[in-house]
Amino acid sequence: MDRDQERIDSFSRRALMIGGLQGIALGILGMRLSWLQVVEGDKYKTLSENNRINVQILPPSRGQIVDRYGVPLATNLQNFQVLVTPEQVEDFEKAIADIRTYITLDDSDLKKALRQKKRNPSYVPVEVRDHLEWEEVSRIELALPHLPGVSIQAGELRNYPYKDSTAHIVGYVGRVSENEMTEDPLLSLPGFQIGKTGIEKTYEMNLRGKTGQSEVEVNVHGRAVRELGRSAPQTGDRLTLTIDAEYQRFVHQRLSSERSAAAAVMDCVTGEIYAMASYPSYDPNVFAAGISVLDWEQLRDDPAHPLSNKVTSGVYPPGSTFKIVTALAGLEAGAVNEHSTITCPGHFDLGNTRFHCWKAGGHGTVDLNKALQQSCDTYFYKLAQNIGIDKIAAMARRLGLGEKLDVDLEDVKAGLVPDQSWKKTQEDPIWHPGETINAAIGQGYMLASPLQLAVMLSRVVNGGKAVTPVLGQKIGEQKLGEQSSSSVGLSQAHLEMVKRGLVAVTSQGGTAYGSRITEEGMAMGGKTGTSQVKRITKAERAQGIRRQEDMPWHLRHHALFVGYAPTDNPRYVASVIVEHGGSGSGAAAPIAHDILLEIQKRNPAGQKKENGGDEG
Amino acid sequence: MSSFQWGLTPDDMNFWGKLRQISWGQVLLVCMLACTGFTCLYSAAGGDLDKWASPQIMRFLFALGMMIAIAMTNLRWIYRLAWPFYGMTIILLIFVDVFGHIGMGAQRWLNLGIIKIQPSELAKIATVLALARFYHTRDLVEVRRLKNILFSCAIIAVPFVLVVAQPDLGTAMAISFAGIAMLFVAGVSIWIFIAGAVGVAALIPIAWQFMHDYQQKRVLIFMDPESDPLGAGFHITQSKIALGSGGVSGKGFMQGTQSHLNFLPEKHTDFIFTLFAEEWGLMGGLALLTILGFIILYGYWIAFRCRNQFARLVAFGLTFNFSVYVIVNIGMVMGLLPVVGIPLPLMSYGGTAMLTVMAAFGIIQSCSVHRDIRISKGLLG
Repeated sequence: MDRDQERIDSFSRRALMIGGLQGIALGILGMRLSWLQVVEGDKYKTLSENNRINVQILPPSRGQIVDRYGVPLATNLQNFQVLVTPEQVEDFEKAIADIRTYITLDDSDLKKALRQKKRNPSYVPVEVRDHLEWEEVSRIELALPHLPGVSIQAGELRNYPYKDSTAHIVGYVGRVSENEMTEDPLLSLPGFQIGKTGIEKTYEMNLRGKTGQSEVEVNVHGRAVRELGRSAPQTGDRLTLTIDAEYQRFVHQRLSSERSAAAAVMDCVTGEIYAMASYPSYDPNVFAAGISVLDWEQLRDDPAHPLSNKVTSGVYPPGSTFKIVTALAGLEAGAVNEHSTITCPGHFDLGNTRFHCWKAGGHGTVDLNKALQQSCDTYFYKLAQNIGIDKIAAMARRLGLGEKLDVDLEDVKAGLVPDQSWKKTQEDPIWHPGETINAAIGQGYMLASPLQLAVMLSRVVNGGKAVTPVLGQKIGEQKLGEQSSSSVGLSQAHLEMVKRGLVAVTSQGGTAYGSRITEEGMAMGGKTGTSQVKRITKAERAQGIRRQEDMPWHLRHHALFVGYAPTDNPRYVASVIVEHGGSGSGAAAPIAHDILLEIQKRNPAGQKKENGGDEG
Repeated sequence: MSSFQWGLTPDDMNFWGKLRQISWGQVLLVCMLACTGFTCLYSAAGGDLDKWASPQIMRFLFALGMMIAIAMTNLRWIYRLAWPFYGMTIILLIFVDVFGHIGMGAQRWLNLGIIKIQPSELAKIATVLALARFYHTRDLVEVRRLKNILFSCAIIAVPFVLVVAQPDLGTAMAISFAGIAMLFVAGVSIWIFIAGAVGVAALIPIAWQFMHDYQQKRVLIFMDPESDPLGAGFHITQSKIALGSGGVSGKGFMQGTQSHLNFLPEKHTDFIFTLFAEEWGLMGGLALLTILGFIILYGYWIAFRCRNQFARLVAFGLTFNFSVYVIVNIGMVMGLLPVVGIPLPLMSYGGTAMLTVMAAFGIIQSCSVHRDIRISKGLLG
C-alpha cells in the first residue's frame, strides 16, 4: 500500500496547491468586484445615467394671434408628413417607390430623403414629403397595411389666413438662425420656428409657450423604451390685437389702387389701431414655409419696398399736414388768434430768398380758418418767422412727432423734428431763418411716419390727451397697455379753432372738398399734405410748374392726408400716404374718405351716433 | 490488498444508507445557486416568468433528479463505462464536425429528434472520466513514464482538437485546462509542466512573427478588449458600467437599468453575473462568490476523502472544471480576462450546460457516496 499512499500524498499536495490558487483567484475576483463597485462606483454610476436617460424636448404649440373679434390672424395648420423608417423596410428605395404609387413625389423630395437617410441612424424616420393634402393623407392611411415602415406624422405649420393684408403687423416665423440661438434647447430643435418680424417677433416669448420634456429611458441603440417622466408642453398665449381683420383687409385692398401707399386708422381716445396697412405687401405664409432665394431677392429689390411697414418705418416730410402743429404753436404763443389775418400775395420774401405759396396768385386775405382750409403756405411762413423754430418743434414733440412711438413692432422710426439744438449737432451748426420757413409747412428736415401723423391728429381732436397707439390688446385674458389720460396741455379753445379749420378743409372751398363724407353724422375733417421729394428749381418754376404726371414716378410729390371722423364727436383718425402720389387732395384724401367711412360703418369703438354726448 | 476496514462499504449499504452519504451541503449550495439564477432570469426577462425562468426551473428540477440518480449509481459502473463513454463522445464530436453544419447551421448541436445534444459538453465529463480511468491503474512510477504521459496528452488532445474545430475555443480550453490539472495531480513530473510552459512561451513570439497584421490585431483585441471600445470592448465596457453602477447595495431586484435597457449583451447567458451584481451590488456579488467558493471547496473536500484514485481524480477533475468556468466567466465580465463565450454554470440560461453541470455534480456525489469502495484495477484494463 506504500505506493498507493505515495500517490495519495502526491495528489493531496498538488490538489491543495491548485485549490489554493483557485482560492486566490476567487479572492481576486472579489477584490475586483469591490474595486468596481466601491472605488469606481460613482464614476460608473454617472456613466450609467448617461447611458440611460434621454431627455426629449416637446415643442409647445405656438399661441394664436387674433383680431379684436377673435378672428385668427396667425394660427397653426397641421402639416402632414410621410415618413419612412429605414430599419423597418427591407429596401428603402422600393418603399419610396411604393409611396409614389399613392402620392406624387418629385426628384427633390427623393434626394432630400436619401440625404436624410444617410445622415441618420436607421431607426430615425426619414421625411419623404410634407405638406400633404388631406386627400393624400387618407390615401396613404388606407394603404398603410401594405406599406410597412411608412408612417404619417402631423406637425405644425404657421398659417396666416389674411396673407399679405396683415403681413406687416403680424409678421412671420422662420427657422432659428445662428445669432438667434440662446441657451434654450428648444431653439435647437430641427425645424423649430420663431417670430422673425412684426407681432410674431415682439411677443415671441408669450406666443412661444412653455417647452415640455419627456424623459425617456433609451436602450443601447438610442431607442426609447419607456417614458420616465413627462411635463406636457404648454401652448403659447393667445394674443389679441386691436386690429379689425376684415377692416384691415378692406384698407389694404383700398391701397392697392396705388403703386406704393400706407395707411393707419386708430382710435383717438383709446389709441387702438384698427388697421395699419402698407402696400405693396407680401404673403407671410411663403416665409413660414420657407421662401426661395429668388422670391426673396425679388421682394428685397422691389423699389416699392414690400417688406417694410411704411406706417411705422417709412418717414416722410409731413408737408402741409404739419400746418396743424404750426397753427397750434402760433396760437399758444399768442402770435395769432382766430381773427388775425395776413395777406397772401403768393409768396413770402425772407431777405433775398423768396418762398412760394403753392397757389401762384396768392390767397388774398387769410385768417387761421382759411389758412388751414386752403392750406395757405404764406400764412404759416409768417407765423413761423414770428415765433421761431423752437416753439414749433416743442409743439410737434408734444403731439408725438420726432420720437419713437412705443408701438409693438420692431421697426419703428422716430422721424425728425429739427430745432436749433439739433442743428448744432449737424455739419452746418447754424440754424438759418429760411429753415424755419420750410419747417413751418412740414418740409426741409422735418420727417414723420404716417403713424406719428395719426397720433398727432388724435391728440388734437381728442381734446389734447396724450394718447399713444396700441396694437396688442390682450395676452391670454390679461389686458395690455392701459391708456394714460394725461394731457398734452393745450387750450381747448385753440384745439376747437384748429378743428374748425380741419372741418373747413372738407367743406366748400377746402382742399379736400371733393373727398368729403356726405353720410349723415359721419362727416370727416382733416388736412391734406403734399410733400416735395425734389426741390422745384428756379428754372423749372420759370418754365411754369411742371405737371406732376410728367415727372418720373420716383420724383413726384408724396400725397398725404390726415383725417378724423365723425367731426362732431371725433373717434377715428386716419393717416394716409401715397408715395409719389402727386397731391394730397388728389391721391390721399379719397382713400381717407373711403376708409374713414368704412370704419364708421363698422364702428368697432361702439360709438353712439351724434347727440350721444359721450366724450369718453 | 487492504490492511484496513473502513466501516461499511457502500456495497453493504441499502438505499437510505447511500442517500445519507450524499454530501447534502453541496447539493444545498447548488440549489441556492440555481435559485439565484432563476431570479436573475426572471429579472432579465423584465418580469416575464415564461421567457427564461420557467424553462430553466423545469430543467433544473429534472437535472436535480438526474443528479441524485447519478449520485446513487455505483461508481464501479461509472468506472467501467469511462472508456466506452469517451469513445462515444469522440464519435459524436466527429459526427458534429462533419455533419452538424448541414442540419443546424451551428456545428455544436446534434439533433437527435427528441433532444438536442451538444457533444462538446459531454466531452468535458468524458475526458475527466477517461483520464481518471487511465491513471487509476497506474502508480507514480508508471505515471511518469513518457509513453503514459503522451497517451494521457492524446486523451486530452483528441476532444480538444475536435471541439476547437467546431469552433468552440472556450469549451476546448476548459477541457484542456481540466485535463492538464488532472495530469498534475495524478503525479506527472512538475518539470514536464515547466518545460511545457516554457515551450509555449517560446512559441508565442515565433507564431507572432508569422501572423498577418489583422490577425495580430485580433489577438490584441482578444487580450485587451477595451482597446476596441466599439467592437469587442463594447460589451466589457458596458458590463463594467453595469457592475460599477450597482455600488455596494445594488440597484434592487428588477432595477438593473443597464441590463434591462439592453446595454448589456447576453444578460441571460454569459453576462448573468453582471446583471446579478448590478441589482444586488457588492453585497450580493460577494455572497454569490462565497457560494461558488464553497461549492468548489466541497468538491475538493470530497476528492480528498476518497479512498480510491479514480474517485479522487474524478471529483477533482469535475470540480476543477466547474471552477474554471466560474473564474473565467466572472473574470471576463469584470474585464480581467479576455472575452471567451463561456457561461456561468447553473446560473446562465441554457439546457445542455445545466444538464452537464448537474451530471458532473451527480458524479462528484457518487464519488462522495462511494468514497470507500475499492475498484479493482483489472476490469477492462
